Amino acid sequence: MKTGIFLCECGGNISNTIDLENVKKHLNDEDEEVIVKIHGNMCSGAGQKLLIDEAKKHGLDKIVVSACSPHFHEKTFRGAMKKAGLNPYNLEIANLREHCSWIHKDIPKVATEKAKEIVDAAKAKAELDYALEEKMMKLGNEVLVIGGGIAGIQTSLDLADSGKKVTLIEKLPTLGGKMAILTKTFPTEDCAACIISPKMAAVIDHPNITLHTNTEIQDIAGHRLHFEAKVIKHPRYIKDSIDMDQCLICNKCKEVCPVSQPNYWEQGIMNREAIYIPAPHAIPYKYLIDAETCLHFVDGSCNKCAEVCPQNVIDFGQKAEELNIAVDAVVVATGFDIFDAKRKPVFGYGKYENVVTSLEMERIVDHIVEKDPPRKVGKRVAFVQCVGSRDKQIGNEYCSRVCCMYSIKLASLLKQAKPEVDIYIFYTDIRAFGKGYEEYYKRSQEMGIKFIRGKPSHFTEVKETKQVILTVEDTLSRDIIETEFDLVVLANGLELSKSSDIVADSLKLAKSDDGFFKEAHPKYKPVDTLVEGVFLSGTAQGPKDIPDTVAQASAAAARVMATLAQKEFALDPVLAFVNSDICDGCEKCLDNCPPKAISMNNEGKAEINEALCLGCGSCITSCPLEAIDLNYYTSKQIYAEIEASLHLKNENEKRILVFADNNTTYRLIDACGVRKMKYTNYARVLRVPSVSRISPNLIEFAFAKGADAVFLGDSPAKGSHFEWANKTTQNNIKTVLNKFKKLKIDSDRLIFSQFTAADLMKFINEINQLANKIDKLEPISEDIKNQLFPTKK
Amino acid sequence: MAKKIKLNDKNTEFYEKIVELSGEQVALCDQCGTCSGGCPFIEEMDINPSEIMRKVMLGQKEVMDSRTMWICASCFTCTVRCPRELDVSKVAEALRQVKLRTAIDEINIATIPKEEAKKLPTIAIVGNFRKFTG
Repeated sequence: MKTGIFLCECGGNISNTIDLENVKKHLNDEDEEVIVKIHGNMCSGAGQKLLIDEAKKHGLDKIVVSACSPHFHEKTFRGAMKKAGLNPYNLEIANLREHCSWIHKDIPKVATEKAKEIVDAAKAKAELDYALEEKMMKLGNEVLVIGGGIAGIQTSLDLADSGKKVTLIEKLPTLGGKMAILTKTFPTEDCAACIISPKMAAVIDHPNITLHTNTEIQDIAGHRLHFEAKVIKHPRYIKDSIDMDQCLICNKCKEVCPVSQPNYWEQGIMNREAIYIPAPHAIPYKYLIDAETCLHFVDGSCNKCAEVCPQNVIDFGQKAEELNIAVDAVVVATGFDIFDAKRKPVFGYGKYENVVTSLEMERIVDHIVEKDPPRKVGKRVAFVQCVGSRDKQIGNEYCSRVCCMYSIKLASLLKQAKPEVDIYIFYTDIRAFGKGYEEYYKRSQEMGIKFIRGKPSHFTEVKETKQVILTVEDTLSRDIIETEFDLVVLANGLELSKSSDIVADSLKLAKSDDGFFKEAHPKYKPVDTLVEGVFLSGTAQGPKDIPDTVAQASAAAARVMATLAQKEFALDPVLAFVNSDICDGCEKCLDNCPPKAISMNNEGKAEINEALCLGCGSCITSCPLEAIDLNYYTSKQIYAEIEASLHLKNENEKRILVFADNNTTYRLIDACGVRKMKYTNYARVLRVPSVSRISPNLIEFAFAKGADAVFLGDSPAKGSHFEWANKTTQNNIKTVLNKFKKLKIDSDRLIFSQFTAADLMKFINEINQLANKIDKLEPISEDIKNQLFPTKK
Repeated sequence: MAKKIKLNDKNTEFYEKIVELSGEQVALCDQCGTCSGGCPFIEEMDINPSEIMRKVMLGQKEVMDSRTMWICASCFTCTVRCPRELDVSKVAEALRQVKLRTAIDEINIATIPKEEAKKLPTIAIVGNFRKFTG
């Protein structure tokens, strides 16, 4: 093995502060074998040529380039490595510019000594580097769409038309989502069922779509363009096989069913039997049995439907089916729930029978023209806007965007059907922002619907008539209105559907302050998430009307197509691996992997799914036998790096070892350097993918080797698997601190801090405070060091 | 002092009467305030024109006691500027008509002495008859 070290002057940026000749001499003194070269600009063509020529000339196999941050030129030098016929992962970068010369301009001597240690650490790590290959992963054609509302339907159809294989999961027994409940749509007043039904039918007919209704997500593993979902398909209790006799929908079962339950698709204003077809436009148009209310399941007392079924297709013994689905991309179209008005008791919802939700009103209005409608509306109707929207008290500060328009729509439809009804809409602001919406609003005023600006604050019921008295200020005339209404319709706001939680938890998706899923960027990545290969469709991202939902659903489909069009992607070889000779199959690592990449193989040993592994190293701590390690950041390498970072320390000096996560903290420290922000020269920064990789042993080793303090910096990484990895870090720290307590080592010496990319001052303040603190502390005695890390590795 | 009002059929009746007389859909008023902002006589009025529109929409007969409709010179500034194309001066005229039709006798013409009647301007006497013709 021969190592070459290239010291870059960076046109003076490094060499004006650091005496590179001195560093070179030090390197040659320590190791006679090593080849050391100084060059003005290593990143230039001439610099790269020097690297290639020297590598060939001396048969170098490990290279250290001491220059700027690896985030600037690691790629450049890896390219040069390839040209020199070397494996690009046999390269280490010693970051002398950002981490030393720029921040210690005024103390060149100290900087030069620090530079020696930085290069030594890189050299120590490089010598333990080994060749790694970037695997190319094939991208397939499989997409999972979660949610069968209009968003999920549109995304699925677009994807299926483009040739992608779509698996569409819907938790309810029919497609259609909330749109299937609506009566008509604003502002055109075309019937919702008539628009969505053909799309629903197209889904079931499409050869590229596999539809699973009555199916719930249990878990999804994966973090990047490869996902494995576990879903559970609930039984319908009706045999459905082409070979056997099929249900003829003769409805005999329904006629004999003694159960009467509120029908969800009628929002409880009408009832259904326990054996039922969800809605007249249900897709699939099939019977199912609701096991929660069916007497056969409740107490076994009834068997009537099975007795009358001429086809004998009722099968009470059907079991739930578990399916595993592997896909390349996931579209989250989990939609919304309306705000539960019971959470704000002032509205009297659930208490007063004549206070109804907007979805209930959709069904009431849908049936209003019938001769004997299931629910009448009376003479005077009030619509109350902003129920569960724009209300800090209940935690929803946002505007739900659709309530103004759907209230105007419901009021207009009601007025057209029953012109004699007096309709008042109590609003805070009318937001009629869409195409044709303002005009629709004006038409409703022309029809005689009165708009009163003010939010009702008292809701009381007249006992005899069950009317509801509203007290509200008309904020335009400042008069207080107090009037009885025969029906009060609440304009419930939109919230992320509760069934989304399982998706959020398993994919580690971030949510914005409003509780909806967070997009990767609010302006130019509105359908992407921070998880590569996961996209948002429809109201899961935020309240939307139907046109916006459909537009976004198509956008999500387009983003999936663009992503999968890459055909393949390079897998970063910085991944965890298991030494199966050591692994004893204790399974402790399984729970410590954020993307759930570890499983047990046939031989009872842990195995890592490379497509799922994140390369965070979080699993390493959990292995009691140290059978798991991380490529390019092996424990051995980090021990060597720690030792080299501290080996020039004399008695009067202090050292803070900073472990910085590659994505955030390391870049942040680079940024401090770029801005020439000074901070303590005690700091020695070591790069890791995530500080969760730094096991308690490594921290203890650092103190044993002379570190006065250890500083762990990571990103809070909200909404990614790394957020989860931080829990491992916290546990690791607890382990070390317990030991500290026993050995009476000051707990201030160990810090774990979380940074966002902009927290430059926070880092500088914290590292300087830590330096001040250790200045005041007595050094840790050799005896205690030995107790902390007895077996010297 | 705030006033409590009810939304009932009587109010609706008054509202509909004004709509019928003026030919204007008063409920279309967006309460933007353009009419009041542009009115050249606004300082003489006790209730702003936009407020008149609001009260009419709510069926509040108290607007009949306001000076505003009598101050209105039917200059049509409001009408020209209304974004909803409402003719506010027509509403004022409708209110004047309703008031006049109540035929309140401020002066009994028959009891005016002949000498005094001679001194009175003709228009004043004609004006006093108008309530019987409107």
